[in-house]
Amino acid sequence: MPMPGLMIDREILIEAPVDVVWRTITEPDQMSQWFADRVDLVVEPGAHGYMQFGDQGGPVVVEVVDPPVRFSFRWNYPGGEEPVAGNSMLVEFTLTPEGDERTRLRVVESGHELRDWPDAEKQRYADEHRGGWVEFLDSLATLLAKRQPG
Amino acid sequence: MTAQIDDELWSAIADPSRRQVLDLLVGNGAVSASWLAGRVPFSRQAVSKHLVVLERTGLISRRKQGREVLYRVEADRLDQAAKAMAQLAAQWDRRLAMIKRLAEAAHAEDKRRERHDEPAPGR
Repeated sequence: MPMPGLMIDREILIEAPVDVVWRTITEPDQMSQWFADRVDLVVEPGAHGYMQFGDQGGPVVVEVVDPPVRFSFRWNYPGGEEPVAGNSMLVEFTLTPEGDERTRLRVVESGHELRDWPDAEKQRYADEHRGGWVEFLDSLATLLAKRQPG
Repeated sequence: MTAQIDDELWSAIADPSRRQVLDLLVGNGAVSASWLAGRVPFSRQAVSKHLVVLERTGLISRRKQGREVLYRVEADRLDQAAKAMAQLAAQWDRRLAMIKRLAEAAHAEDKRRERHDEPAPGR
């Protein structure tokens, strides 16, 4: 299901070297522990795979594989179609080593509008919305609640 | 497999100009399109277009007051949107927390092997 422009941006600090984190997010037997119940996927650019979640499932296509710093794939697109910008969600992992034993892992999930923007615009947008839509909507909802008690 | 989110809603909010309009409405209550146009760097026509899109999502509503049409944010709808978004984000937070646990356990195991000079299995 396409969700244009939807953006989630989360990160976590992990007490492990970047190559260990890389293995955890890209090896199918590891992925099946943190992501889907079953993962059939070869981690190569352009590879088609499948993820099973309980009794539901869906296709996945790998986009970028740049060990050990970037990994991205597309999902949530209609069965039988090729995932392109516009009918799918893009999930991008970025790994940043912080010293030898620590890694910052960031995940951004976005729809197509963001994807089609020029890089500079995208960067500005991402900077503005670090934390994603959650904070934006939360702050609006909170502001509104303050203004309209009850 | 993921929380369902309304397409139209997200494409409405994805536009920075519309977010600006929404921000102004949240901060100022019921206001007219002309009032908004005086506070944004785009044309009155653009403001009207953005208002139509936002109204279609249910995030804002309009009412007539005398000769003016006033717009305001629908708090329930906004709240609902914020909650749906928070749910999706929480799902990713759970996944990241699991990755952290797995990676830290694997790292501890690597170090244990190093100390005992055992070869890592199949890597």
